[in-house]
Amino acid sequence: MSPTESARPDDGALLAVRGLRKAFGQQEVLKSIDLTVRRGEVVTLIGPSGSGKTTVLRSLNGLEIPDAGVVEFAGGLSVDFSAPVSKKQLAAVRDRSAMVFQHYNLFPHKTTLENVIEGPVQVQKKPKAQAVQEARELLARVGLADKENSYPFELSGGQQQRVGIVRALALRPQLLLFDEPTSALDPELVGDVLTVIKELADEGWTMVVVTHELAFAREVADEVIFMEGGVVVERGHPDTVLRDPREERTRQFVNRLLNPF
Amino acid sequence: MTVNWELVWSSLGPILMGAVTGTIPVALASFGLGLVLALLVALMRLSRNVVLSSIARVYISVIRGTPLLVQLFVIFYGLPSVGITISPWPSAIIAFSLNVGGYAAEVIRAAILSVPKGQWEAGHTIGMSRRQALVRIILPQAARVSVPPLSNTFISLIKDTSLASLILVTELFRQAQQVAAFSQEFMLLYLEAAVIYWVICLVLAGGQSALEKRLDRYVAH
Repeated sequence: MSPTESARPDDGALLAVRGLRKAFGQQEVLKSIDLTVRRGEVVTLIGPSGSGKTTVLRSLNGLEIPDAGVVEFAGGLSVDFSAPVSKKQLAAVRDRSAMVFQHYNLFPHKTTLENVIEGPVQVQKKPKAQAVQEARELLARVGLADKENSYPFELSGGQQQRVGIVRALALRPQLLLFDEPTSALDPELVGDVLTVIKELADEGWTMVVVTHELAFAREVADEVIFMEGGVVVERGHPDTVLRDPREERTRQFVNRLLNPF
Repeated sequence: MTVNWELVWSSLGPILMGAVTGTIPVALASFGLGLVLALLVALMRLSRNVVLSSIARVYISVIRGTPLLVQLFVIFYGLPSVGITISPWPSAIIAFSLNVGGYAAEVIRAAILSVPKGQWEAGHTIGMSRRQALVRIILPQAARVSVPPLSNTFISLIKDTSLASLILVTELFRQAQQVAAFSQEFMLLYLEAAVIYWVICLVLAGGQSALEKRLDRYVAH
């Protein structure tokens, strides 16, 4: 990569993605996506299902391997997916971020505490005592101090998702990725989880959030990106994209979410 | 018909001795080795490498498609004609291990596939390699699912070890046969052998229940 490329992460940019493409068989789900995320920024991806927003997120975490495109992180990590990517490169990209899944994906055979310390201890080789102490602090912050010995099946959906968030935080990633973190929750539990995410944003965590919660996006996001059919239709400040979009498609989508009937 | 209780009593010693020194150690060794082999074959079968998965496929097909007795005889009576002579005990353990390896491989493969894909992804997102995710996340969950079918395999194996009597391994059934031939009390001795097999399997079934209970501690009821 030439250092003169415009989208190179600098001036506070943590992540720059250029020309991300991905097809599943004949189905082109990403048709050249660009994305820049600055440190401390919250970017939300919205759009109808099948628009490719989750695939963007999964590509950033190495859960999908894009067919083409460049992913660059501040600090000199640049991976060009147009060529075959080594395991080492993939692992390097993956280490920069941690994902919070729609269906939590907690490890059912491990307790809350074990779920949280698994990555720090087994992967990052932190001393166990230190990992446990950090995990307890994080669990206390999301109101789960008394649940450290519970198995996931003993927790509510909202509690499980907060464990999922703490599991991601415990890795101390540069970037947090949220894939529809509240879509599987009962409506009355959504608020708890969104509050936790908002607090993290206020603390300065950098995050990319795929969501259908427009109120959340409006309040927390620095940038909203509306995707459809594998392309970015519109991007900008939430006040613009969500209140007064330029594109007709964005307007239709936002209206349908705000007025389902 | 009167039951010769004296014979029942006097034959119990040699038959139980056959169980303790023959049946049980052969079964345990074969099951242990067979499980290791089965895990290996299951992973080969799941591998994206076509050569590995084809080898696994053929192996499983041969083991499941041929009688255990034939497998046993090929190893003990057949191999000497190509210059490989293996004594009865190792022959039995090799044959039974290979057999368990084929059957249990399919159980383990199915159990691995039964763990949701999201578990692999959660492992990857916390930075685990495929191997780490397999060992720490997937296999413990697969183990829980495979306890009932693998218990079946083990219980079948206990009874199948009686075939080792045909290659001169001194085990439970061979001891019963010898007392029967000597005393001419066939009904009595074979029923006695049957009861002892049954008791061993009852104990195993109890072990299965205990293990299932332990592994179910993290599942909603």
